[in-house]
Amino acid sequence: MNALAPGSQLQAGAQAFLARYAANGSVQQSEAAGLFARNGLPGPREEDWRYSLLRPVTDVQFTSAPHGHSDVSAALARLPKIAAPRLIFVDGRFRADLSDIEPGTRAGAPAYGATNRPDREKLVALNTMLSEDGIAIQVPAGHDAGTLLLVSIGTGGNVSFHPNHAVTLGAGAKLTLLDLTLGDGVYLHNPVLSATIAEAATLTHLRLQQEALGAFHLSTVYADVAASGTYDSFALTLGARLARMEVHASLNGPQASAHLNAAQLLGGNQHADFTTVVQHAAPNTASRQTVKNVLSGRSRGVFQGKIEVLRIAQKTDGYQMNQALLLSPDAEMDCKPQLEIYADDVKCSHGATIGELDGDQLFYLRTRGIPEPEARAMLVRAFLTEALDPIAHEEGRAAMENAIASWWDRNVI
Amino acid sequence: MAAIAETLDAVQAVTDGGYKWGFSTDIEMDMAPKGLNEDIIRLISSRKDEPAWLLDWRLKSYAAWLKTEEPDWAKIKHPPIDYQDLHYYAAPKKKPGPKSLDEVDPELLRTYERLGIPLRERAILAGVEGAEDERPPIAIDAVFDSVSVATTFRSTLAKSGVIFCPISEAVRDHPELVRKYLGSVVPAGDNYFAALNSAVFTDGSFVYIPKGVRCPMELSTYFRINARNTGQFERTLIIAEEGAYVSYLEGCTAPQRDENQLHAAVVELIVFDDAQIKYSTVQNWYPGDANGKGGIYNFVTKRGACRGARSKISWTQVETGSAITWKYPSCILQGDDSVGEFYSVAVTTNHQQADTGTKMIHIGRNTRSTIVSKGISAGKSNNTYRGLVRVLPKAHGARNHTQCDSLLIGDQCGAHTVPYIESRNPTAKLEHEATTSKIADDQLFYCRQRGLSQEDAVGLIVNGFCKDVLKELPMEFAVEAQKLLAISLEGSVG
Repeated sequence: MNALAPGSQLQAGAQAFLARYAANGSVQQSEAAGLFARNGLPGPREEDWRYSLLRPVTDVQFTSAPHGHSDVSAALARLPKIAAPRLIFVDGRFRADLSDIEPGTRAGAPAYGATNRPDREKLVALNTMLSEDGIAIQVPAGHDAGTLLLVSIGTGGNVSFHPNHAVTLGAGAKLTLLDLTLGDGVYLHNPVLSATIAEAATLTHLRLQQEALGAFHLSTVYADVAASGTYDSFALTLGARLARMEVHASLNGPQASAHLNAAQLLGGNQHADFTTVVQHAAPNTASRQTVKNVLSGRSRGVFQGKIEVLRIAQKTDGYQMNQALLLSPDAEMDCKPQLEIYADDVKCSHGATIGELDGDQLFYLRTRGIPEPEARAMLVRAFLTEALDPIAHEEGRAAMENAIASWWDRNVI
Repeated sequence: MAAIAETLDAVQAVTDGGYKWGFSTDIEMDMAPKGLNEDIIRLISSRKDEPAWLLDWRLKSYAAWLKTEEPDWAKIKHPPIDYQDLHYYAAPKKKPGPKSLDEVDPELLRTYERLGIPLRERAILAGVEGAEDERPPIAIDAVFDSVSVATTFRSTLAKSGVIFCPISEAVRDHPELVRKYLGSVVPAGDNYFAALNSAVFTDGSFVYIPKGVRCPMELSTYFRINARNTGQFERTLIIAEEGAYVSYLEGCTAPQRDENQLHAAVVELIVFDDAQIKYSTVQNWYPGDANGKGGIYNFVTKRGACRGARSKISWTQVETGSAITWKYPSCILQGDDSVGEFYSVAVTTNHQQADTGTKMIHIGRNTRSTIVSKGISAGKSNNTYRGLVRVLPKAHGARNHTQCDSLLIGDQCGAHTVPYIESRNPTAKLEHEATTSKIADDQLFYCRQRGLSQEDAVGLIVNGFCKDVLKELPMEFAVEAQKLLAISLEGSVG
């Protein structure tokens, strides 16, 4: 019953968000407001939130972002140099003046993807209730849309923003979405992205989370994949004081597949949570997850991965590997892989390891004259390779590598 | 090929495919009225002539129970349990001093015969004096509904200083030990079912192994639920002093009834420096019929504390019975270099639900734990492994290896794995592996080709799947467990 105390603060925080809802919103917004009023924010007694407490979020009194264009040239300069059309959001609002609008892309209003579940995910209800903007991308059947940069910049000042995006790929279509988040100061970024992937279409979703170290990042992705379609994703978490990426992938047709790879590199007092739910809802579907955590300082990493295999999904192939390196005595890793299986002819496995750098390997490198810090760095890089290797997009991969290198400068391990 | 022959025999022995322990005994019972309140707790306490401190403890537990809510995180479904619709005390009426087998209530006698407990031991179980001359390998405490009816070989054990008796007697004869250790591993308000047990527990076994003693024989408790509308709440407390060793076995059955019966036990183990407890369970409560009607609700809290350096607790369980199993035998590894082990086979068929696993809490330096869990689901059942491995900041060099494998037989069942892995020490090494699969067609084909029937082939493969766990069981139990596996899965392979 002592859990009621943080719960009540949590619900006071929820009330503060609710107070910002203006009753003249869209149907989706008013429905979401009803849900949010009823359900509030996820609390410590909820199984899916046992390792990530939102109390620090409710300690901050967030407001809506002010209108008017703030200067974000410094942040833009930090973006990786990739020659591709850019869609730039600042504090959750689309900046047409900084963006390249391609055909099939619409901005200026929340996209409200049809597969979003504000009734189930409380943070999606919060997003839908307060969302002001978002991008809707449609790639027609058979079209290869190349690479698109979706950029979110937070400028601080205790604002919260809740962009709501949707990506729709027609049959056989292709798109690489480079999803970059960064910023300065204190803010809450609570985006929702829904991806609908038609037959034989492929969405490559490369995510680089480099939010400000005082910021909060709470994102939800829905990926619905039809027969022979692919949702191929990699997420690198480096930023934010408290971060949670939640991904719900649903494999709805035969031969559909999903890759949910990730790496979390944390230091200081950072807390980052990577939570995935993969639902195998058709026969002959496959999912692969390799998640790596490197934790230094007093940081805490969380991984929760659930593989659900429905009765119909015979011949499912599900694999999940979560590994963590604890580089300091005060770091903590909490890991909860889960299998929930209702079909008998399946091949599902998961593995998890938690430990420090291998003393023998370190010794081997030292005997070859490599100084200890370099040897440690080398071993950590090798540890991350397995998650980075499947990234086929060269510029995307280079951007990830560079970001990891800059993490190095910040964190002495 | 002896194992196969055993399996075949076992399958053939059960021609009706039923639960052969499902008979009930018509015996005169002394029962408390239905319901749970302070008066019932006072009644239980007075029937057992308990000291005031124990009654106080029970009443405190009851108050804690009233304040807690029934946990809902396990992957089980059942209609709400009406805790007021149960008898919390049921004991066979004692007739004064039967001197030979002829004088013992023949129904009670027949019960043990049908349960397959050897004759000589049975004579002792029924309370006949003077039958204890030879030295058989296992001492038995038999708990019939709420009370212990007999404990065998106590004089033999007493010679080496081992105390093995019903816990109600221990309260009377060794109050200092019971008072010191009862509730020290599973506190009264630990969880909903443990609080309920602490308030109303009626009997159970008490074991004390003094310093440096290796218990000369295996100890065993046999639990039998018989009466209708009763709950069984037994409490087991085992203490192994410095350098002691004991192997303890636990078996259980219940009659076949249409209504569900509640079983909420608590087991506490305490191990000091260099001591070891090996705790084996073959759980075979009535699982309900093919349509999921009836069966035991088994909500059990089992926990051991490795308090001393180099101490060791090993849990082995074969779970084939119960409509619902909710059970997580745990080890608190406090002593440096202490070791915790958990070996489990859980089989569910028809509409059974099992949510079982373990907790390994690493506190001391160089503590080690091993978890091997094998889940087999058939029919329309659901089988969940739920386990926690937690390494606290001071557990330098802690080590855990976890292996959980699930086997699905048929496409109407579910197999689930929910491990929690938490590490707060970089020098700790934790590894977890889990797989889910079905019996491979080529394995089946290989066996069929050598003349085994489909069912025998499955029995063989399942026994192989469980081998890592079954080999941890004491000999007699391993044979029993193999038979049980075969019988449980009978008819589930088409």
